Order: sequence, then C-alpha cells, then structure tokens
Amino acid sequence: MTQYFNEMYQTGKVRQPYARLEDWMKAMPAALRTLKQAEAEDLFRRIGITFAVYGEGGDPDRLIPFDMFPRVFTGAEWARLEKGIKQRARALNAFLVDVYQRGEIVRAGRVPSRLVYQNEAYEKAVAGIKPPKGVYSHIVGIDIVRTGPDDFFVLEDNCRTPSGVSYMLENREIMMRMFPDLFRGNRIEPVEKYPEILRRTLASVAPDKCNGDPVVVLLTPGHFNSAYYEHSFLADLMGIELVEGQDLFVEGEFVWMRTTEGPKKVDVIYRRIDDAFIDPLCFRPDSMLGVPGLMDVYRSGGVSICSAPGAGVADDKAVYTFVPEMVRFYLGEEPILQNVPTWQCGKQDDLRYVLDNLAELVVKEVHSSGGYGMLVGPKATKEQVESFRAKIMADPGNYIAQPTLALSTTPTFVAEGVAPRHVDLRPYCLVGERIELVPGGLTRVALTEGSLVVNSSQGGGVKDTWVLAE
Amino acid sequence: MLSRTADNLFWIARYMERAETAARLLEVGSRIALLPSAAGYRNEWDSLLQASGNADAFARKYGDPVQRNIESFLFFDRDNPSSVASCITTARENGRIVRTALTAQVWDALNTAFQELRHLERTPRSELELSRLTEWTMRHAAMVRGAIEATLLRNDGWDFLNLGYNLERADNTARLMDVKYYVLLPKVEFVGSGLDNYQWTTLLRAMSAHRAFHWAYGGEVTAAKIAHFLILNPQCPRSLITCVEEISTHLNRLAKAYGTKSEAQSSAQEMLAALEATKVEDIFDEGLHEFLSRFIREVAGLGSLVHDTYLSGDMR
Repeated sequence: MTQYFNEMYQTGKVRQPYARLEDWMKAMPAALRTLKQAEAEDLFRRIGITFAVYGEGGDPDRLIPFDMFPRVFTGAEWARLEKGIKQRARALNAFLVDVYQRGEIVRAGRVPSRLVYQNEAYEKAVAGIKPPKGVYSHIVGIDIVRTGPDDFFVLEDNCRTPSGVSYMLENREIMMRMFPDLFRGNRIEPVEKYPEILRRTLASVAPDKCNGDPVVVLLTPGHFNSAYYEHSFLADLMGIELVEGQDLFVEGEFVWMRTTEGPKKVDVIYRRIDDAFIDPLCFRPDSMLGVPGLMDVYRSGGVSICSAPGAGVADDKAVYTFVPEMVRFYLGEEPILQNVPTWQCGKQDDLRYVLDNLAELVVKEVHSSGGYGMLVGPKATKEQVESFRAKIMADPGNYIAQPTLALSTTPTFVAEGVAPRHVDLRPYCLVGERIELVPGGLTRVALTEGSLVVNSSQGGGVKDTWVLAE
Repeated sequence: MLSRTADNLFWIARYMERAETAARLLEVGSRIALLPSAAGYRNEWDSLLQASGNADAFARKYGDPVQRNIESFLFFDRDNPSSVASCITTARENGRIVRTALTAQVWDALNTAFQELRHLERTPRSELELSRLTEWTMRHAAMVRGAIEATLLRNDGWDFLNLGYNLERADNTARLMDVKYYVLLPKVEFVGSGLDNYQWTTLLRAMSAHRAFHWAYGGEVTAAKIAHFLILNPQCPRSLITCVEEISTHLNRLAKAYGTKSEAQSSAQEMLAALEATKVEDIFDEGLHEFLSRFIREVAGLGSLVHDTYLSGDMR
C-alpha cells in the first residue's frame, strides 16, 4: 500500500498553511456548500469559462469541474519552487537558442544528436535564427507533482503554448467573490497581475525593427477551438486584439492586420496555434489557420512570434530526460527541481526493465499529451498491460516509462463531504527581458477516488492555488 | 477595430433583426389566412414565402405551403438560413466570437435566447402555439436590443451593430409591405375593399404599429396612409425613411471617428434626400411593388458598400 503525502493532514495534525481552512471547512454546513457550488458553476457559465467541445453532441459548452477547497503553499515552499521553475525556464531557453545555432550541448555529447536533429519538433526552417532577447519559449508551463513535504518532481515541460492560465485567474476571482472572509483572514499572494506581466513580456521581445509602442496580438485558431474562451479572455485582459489567420496578411517586410481603418502593422504575435499551421507557405500547405508568408517576415526580423517556431523540440518527453543536464551545462548550477526517473524504451537496458515491470510503471507515448495514449500500470487490467506491451515492442523508441508517482493529495469536496484527492500543479513562467512568475498556478485534481490522472479530458477538475505571504 | 470583429457585430444585429422579421412574417401570414379570400387559403401562405424570397427553397423541401410546414420552415428549420432558429444560433455564435467587444448583459441576452431556443426545440410542437413562438422571438430580440442600447460603449462597434440593424430592418420592412402586393396580385378589383383594408391592418399589427398608426393618422385605413406611414414617416420606427436616416447617422459617425469620408456615407445621404423629397403619390405612380423592389436593391447596394469599406478588410 503506497503512502500518499496529504498536504493538509500529517499524522492526524493539520499542517500550518491549512490551519484556517480547517475552521472554514468545519463551519460550512452541507446545505451551504451545495449552494456555493451551484453559485460557482453559475458564475463560470455567466463569465463564459467553458471549453467548447464540438462534434460530440450535447451542449457544446462544457465546464471543467471546479473544486472550492483551495490548495495552499507556504511562502517558503513557493520560494524554492519559484527558484527551481525559473532556473528550468532559463535552461530550456538556452537549450533552444543553442540547438538552432551551434548545438554546443550536442557537440559536447551531453544530449544525443538524434534526439535533437531528428526530432519531429525540430524546425529546420528556423535554424540559425536567434529571436529577440534570445527567447524561444516565452510562456513555460512546468507540470509539477509533490510526493512529500520537500519532494517536488517535474513531470513535464510545456514550451509551446501551455493552456489553462485563465482557470488560474478565474478560480481566484470566483473564490474571492464567494468567500471574501477567507481572503481577509489569510494573507494570500495575488495572481491578478499575470495578464499585465504577460503583455509586458510579449512587448519586451518586439523586433528591433519596431519603433514605438509594439502592437501585440493574440493569434487563435478560431472560435471552434476548445481553448477559444481562454484566448478571448487573455486578449481582453491584456487589451490586445484577438486575431485569426485571415485577419493578418504579409505585405513588404511586415505583417499587418485588417482593421476598419485600414491595415495596421503587427509587431508581436502571441500565437495559440501550432507551428505546423502558422504559415502554409513554410509548413503545412493545407493550413487555413495561418498567415502565408509569415515565416519570411519572421526570419527577416519583421515580427516576433511567441512562442518562437521550433520551441517544441525542448518539451518532448524524450528530451525531458536531459533537462537537468541542460541546467548544469548552460547555467553551471545544480537543478533545484528534480526530474521523475525515466526509462527510455529506445534503450535496450531500459526497455528490458520496463517490460519486466510493466504492471508497476506509467508508460507514455513520447509525443502525446492530455493524458491520452498512456498506461498506468497499477490501475490497468491484465489485458490492457498486455496490449500495451505489444505496442511498446512494436515501436520502443516511441515510449518512455516512469515509476508510478505517489502524487500528493489535498482535501477536496466530494459527494460525501471532504476527502483527499490527488493533485498536480502547473505554474506559468514568463520569459522575456526578465523572467517572472506570479505566485500561484493551476492545480488540477483527479476527482475520481484513487485516480492519478488529473487531465480535464479524463475527469479532472481544478482548484484555486494559494501562496501565503511570509 | 478588426474588420472581422466589425463584421461579426454587424451580423449579430442583422440576424437578430432577421429573426424578428421571420416571426413577424409568420404573424402576418397566420392572420391573413384567417380570412376567406378570392385566391383561397393556400395562395396566401405562398405569397408570404414569395415576399420573403424563400418560395423555392420551401417548395423543394416541403412541397405544399400548409401552415404547419411554414411554421417549421420559418421558425425551426436549420436548413433555412433565415429561420428564427438559424438566425438566433448564428447571432449567438457571432457573439461568442466577439465576446470581448460585448458587455456581459448583451452576451447574456444573446446566450439566454439561444439556451431557451434549445429548450423550445425539445418541446412537443403540439404545445407550441404560433403566437407563443412569435412573441417569444420578439421578446428576445427586444432584450438583446435593449442590452445593446443600455450598456454598450458608443464606439465604432456600436455603429456597426446599428448599421446591421437598420440595413436589415429597411430591407425587411420593404419585404413585409411587399407581401401585400403578392397577396393581392392579380385581383386589382380588391383594392379599396374591406378585405384590402383588413390585410393592411394585419400588416400594421405585424409591425407592432397598429396603435401608433391610428394615433398618427386617425380615421380609415387606406393604402396611401399606410404607405406614407411605413415608408415616409420619420416617426415610425420601422419606416424606410427612419432606417435610412439611422444608417446615414451611423455612417457619418464612423466617417468622423475615422477621419475619412466614405462612398457608403454619400450614398446613404443621397437615398435619404430622395426619400425626403418623395410624396406618397409618387410611390403609387411608380407602383408600390416597383418602388419597393427598387428600394430593396438600393439597400442591398448600400450593404455591399459598407462591407467593402469597413468589413472586408481588403487593402484600400
């Protein structure tokens, strides 16, 4: 029987950061809780935080379940996390600049050449380019799990366009509206500056050719995208235009947007579409979402693209293994946050170990995301394990395996009252002229008892995440 | 603002107005059909479809114009882009795209209409009176309109919404009046008869202008008075001249805000001047149907100018 770290109770006693929450919880009768839960749901619907799911029938606008029980970090815990997150974000960006220039880390033999240059996410189209301020990944979402009081592990890095930050902001907004007393009694660091810092970060990487106040836009695939709400929410909070590919065009050495007053030059594009779609002339020719000629303007320094094309090579699950090495190589520091031990099925020894211990491990496809295409050994049936074994043997290089982590739990409201549920954390680190991190992030919670999968597509919910002021 | 955003706002308004017109058409039709007529029951509904410009699409799908099919076609049918259901769904989807250009109240009004529509669609048809459907549509159209007027910033977005409303309304009023032409055709001897007056009155009712007309004109309902009221009277909120005046006002506001004159602006001014100089006798000399057809063409031309100038985003 695995022991899980409970973030609120240790050996029957309440841990200090949760002390006030215990009183709050005890003072809340079941009827009030039901009422508040309904109120929260109503607020989410009214504000419009839904993720759209088309093509499945039913209501296209779904809500991600929101759990009112906050997840809490002490100032000291956060200070360490913050250091580790920023360190990792710096190393990942240094790696990206390097592999598109001289590739020193590969030459030094610290990262296998194959993993970099034969990686699907490696964009030859941007080789030799150094984006403004040397930043490829401007928003680094780092998924972190906790297994003990001081034990934090990075599960994966998201260097392209990590989503979910709108939930971090709205969860807080809704908690403050519903439980103002909680915020008076606890000194909780605010997260509301995130959009402002994001805008400043994006503006700080405007190309040299831009003189004056940079025009920043958010490029969305459009209103059928499941994250469209987040796109429009962020654009609104930053006060920037939310554009689709059809709103932009290339003329001369710049990118322009079509406005009711004629063309307006665009300097920075915060894109929420994948590399493959941003320019049909350079990448997928059938893409209707992108802007023909965008990459030419980008290469000649007429526009900045955030995250920069090619950033994906740093966050694939096989490259992940080498991030601690990147920290040592580029920063000359020891990594503050640890990786989860990972076996690469592409290696003979690792593969043998993985196949022998399949029922104990978590196995993931290298390029997958969203909790799809994975095997959680201890929770799987014999048949599932065996069918996965066949898949791994057919294409070992496509899989990695990790031990089943004892994800920490936090108290969560469930039908019967309050019960521990497993959680993870995704903070959003902003990298521009400076590296900044708002104190908080998105806590995802596996609402099903015993489940370790927190993805919203697999029955996960979200919580407000508090960092207490020291 | 982005041309596409302006376009979305413009079409929210057009679709909401169009939904209302579909409901009004249903109302006109059902009332006219309550009276015996020379041509018979079936021809009346047919004329309604003729006027709405949908006769062919209807015939292809349903065949005979019986009331229940017409209700389906004008209210529920998603294949008919001008049905109430299609219009409200499209207006709301346009709204979702430009959420940030709308206030919470406007979004709420659009979204509520959409959510209730889904509920109506699941209600057995036997429980839905035609009058309930038309009233429902007008109520929600009014709620959206009210939210826009009460809460929205009066910036260029507001102008594009109003352009949409008034271009659509100008077109729709003209078409509703044209129903009368199709109903009467070709029995000219009915002009001035009791039946004729009843039909005119029904038309007024459908435009919620029945009482207003009597306050403004008094006495007997005649074709000339009604044509004056619905075409030339600037007091009537749905009259053609009122719509053109509003269009002109909002185009002027845009030209001023953007600091550039537009062809749409001068075209609207010309239309307005021409209407102001028109007497009701001129309309009947030209022929009401001919006058309305010409007007509908001119409004469509104005719509394309607005599109080319502001909404298309083409380099000018």
